[in-house]
Amino acid sequence: MARILIRGGRVVDPESGRDEVGDLLIEGERIAAIGSGLDSAGAEVIDADGLVVAPGLIDMHVHLREPGDEEEETILSGARAAVAGGLTTIAAFPNTDPAIDNEGMAEFVVRQGKRAGFANVVPVGAVTLGRTGERLAEMAGLARAGAVAFSDADRSIRSAEIMRRGLLYARMFNRPVIAHCEDADLRRDGVINYGKVSLRTGLSGIPDASENIVVSRDISLAEITQGRLHIGQMSTRGAAALVRQAKENRLLVTGEVTPHHFSLTDEACADFNPNFKVKPPLRESKDAEALLSGLRDGTIDAIASGHAPHTLEEKAVEFDLAPFGVVGMETLFPISYTVLVEKHGLPLPLVLEKMTINPARILGLDADRGGLRSGKLADIAVFDLGAEYVVDPARFLSKSRNTCFAGWRVRGRAVHVFVGGRQVLSGGRIREG
Amino acid sequence: MKWKSKHLLGLEDLTADEIICILDTAEGFREVSTRSVKKVPALRGKVIVNLFFEASTRTRISFELAGARLSADVINFSGETSSTVKGETLIDTARNIEAMGVDIFIIRHRCAGAAYRLAEVTSASVVNAGDGAHEHPTQALLDIFTIRQKKRRLEGLKVALVGDVAHSRVARSNIWGLQKLGAKVYAVGPPTLVPRGLSKLGVEVHYNLDEILSEIDCFNMLRIQTERQDAGLFPTTREYASLFGLNRERMRRLKPDALILHPGPINRGVELTAEVADGPQSVILNQVTNGLAVRMAALFLTGTYGRTPPGSSPEEAHG
Repeated sequence: MARILIRGGRVVDPESGRDEVGDLLIEGERIAAIGSGLDSAGAEVIDADGLVVAPGLIDMHVHLREPGDEEEETILSGARAAVAGGLTTIAAFPNTDPAIDNEGMAEFVVRQGKRAGFANVVPVGAVTLGRTGERLAEMAGLARAGAVAFSDADRSIRSAEIMRRGLLYARMFNRPVIAHCEDADLRRDGVINYGKVSLRTGLSGIPDASENIVVSRDISLAEITQGRLHIGQMSTRGAAALVRQAKENRLLVTGEVTPHHFSLTDEACADFNPNFKVKPPLRESKDAEALLSGLRDGTIDAIASGHAPHTLEEKAVEFDLAPFGVVGMETLFPISYTVLVEKHGLPLPLVLEKMTINPARILGLDADRGGLRSGKLADIAVFDLGAEYVVDPARFLSKSRNTCFAGWRVRGRAVHVFVGGRQVLSGGRIREG
Repeated sequence: MKWKSKHLLGLEDLTADEIICILDTAEGFREVSTRSVKKVPALRGKVIVNLFFEASTRTRISFELAGARLSADVINFSGETSSTVKGETLIDTARNIEAMGVDIFIIRHRCAGAAYRLAEVTSASVVNAGDGAHEHPTQALLDIFTIRQKKRRLEGLKVALVGDVAHSRVARSNIWGLQKLGAKVYAVGPPTLVPRGLSKLGVEVHYNLDEILSEIDCFNMLRIQTERQDAGLFPTTREYASLFGLNRERMRRLKPDALILHPGPINRGVELTAEVADGPQSVILNQVTNGLAVRMAALFLTGTYGRTPPGSSPEEAHG
């Protein structure tokens, strides 16, 4: 059995609370031991002096576009880009064409992920057939094929009754429903946050109430169903307050935020650059501050990229006509580290928790993933926190370049990444096949 | 002052001095229209393209005539009937036309920010003739020009924008331009068309026209688009007219020297009754005439920016 010893790194494991310099030994596909002065006999030794050894990151919200829009991303290109960013598990959302709304489609995603052989790709199944919000999809089949959660992706389920049934039905499989919270009537033709910037630019605005109303509705439904609800991509101060309240009421509600929503505001849209067009939209500083507080006090459980690749041609048009979405897998860690740890002083283990054990628990993957314990799968990311560089979209491994962080000076880079004991990133470079 | 900008994209970006520079230049050009030979050689040999992706008759004709009076070659492109229907993007369309040698693009587009995108990719000058609900700088400049002409000042004037401020590019450009020149701007209309947040831009928001009728020096009566009623933003044009239309009764309460502007085309009986539109306080036709001079100024300044030969002021250019 292959043995790899990662020696002398700062081992940070939010699950166990460990944060100390030590060695980590991989045997085969699993972690064999963690400690100091581990025996390196017969092992390949990787020097992690000055580096952070963390569980591989779990990004619970990505769009991989396969099948249907392979010019934007494929499962292979996405899984490869993931490991370059230190991600070892990614949850692929079902807004593909056709949608991942049946067992066969979920199996397809799992199989393509295995074939790609980089990050572990887990499917999120649709709540409703064709994501039309009308009839429940066959969740049992989806779950059997490996779906870790259910979501209609970027479509808010319009009918409260269908959402109620989805939350109830998903209880059979103990998997969460991930809600995109947006009232379509209030959003109308909106393309950015409703506020001073929308007034100045004449771009049509989406009020924060469009999110708050649906978050509130879905939390009420989680209460009457005792179902598991995960609020995806929270963007408003109101959403943070509602999720905090739900947790105080001991409901099974969790929440997630993206790096762009906590580090940018709608001011970024003022010169009509479509690379800042996202859904939900970038909000105001009061919202970004509330999301930071939510991350700090545990209201917000997870940080996810919301990775939504679009080609240059799709984005190089008028703001109104460009599709919503930004890429983010390759900037998930550096932006989170730079903004949350370096700028706002959040502890590194707290930030890592939201990209490792918390999403693992929400998606039911924590028995094997999301932590550094002997016996768990060796999904490991080794980061160099001292590496300082400028985000250059031309260097992304993703097929798409639509980032809102181009030109940002950041710190923190994945150097070595292991997935199930196999090294897929070495010295910052992809190890092919 | 010397004009330094290659483009005219919006009034939010301009300083008071730059706005005054355009107004003063337009003043010089106004006289040209009164001559028997209505033409000066200021832009002779230059190519201007009217890139209109959204239907417009008056603005296009005004720009076309302004270009012609400056002796430029003016080409019209209508996006609704041309290559854009075949799926060509704004940027490709502009680059293709530019490859034939273009000095100034005049762009009208239904998307906010379209003029900015064009300015990013073209080496020609760009004059914004209206981008979505964002800005329509030459319209606001001709409004301001007309007010200045009649009132001899802007500082301290109270100007009311009445109607659909939320969706109006004319309103937005007026807000920036008027405020920069020291006027006080009021926005009046139903809350569904006049967002409260406008106060953050320094505008005084009112929902009751009658309350402020007697204080206002200039009323700019914005056009009500029928699609706003169709979208249910107000119940009926009848109710709108009863609350926000200028009619004979309201005229009695206006300052005797208050001006009435309208960007056109007028919905007679809605924003204004016929007798108000055609009455002595209306300056609507002056606006149209002045529009020509203002657009000549906009084209002249952007078309000669940075390359102005010494002493080539509009007065001399007339020669």
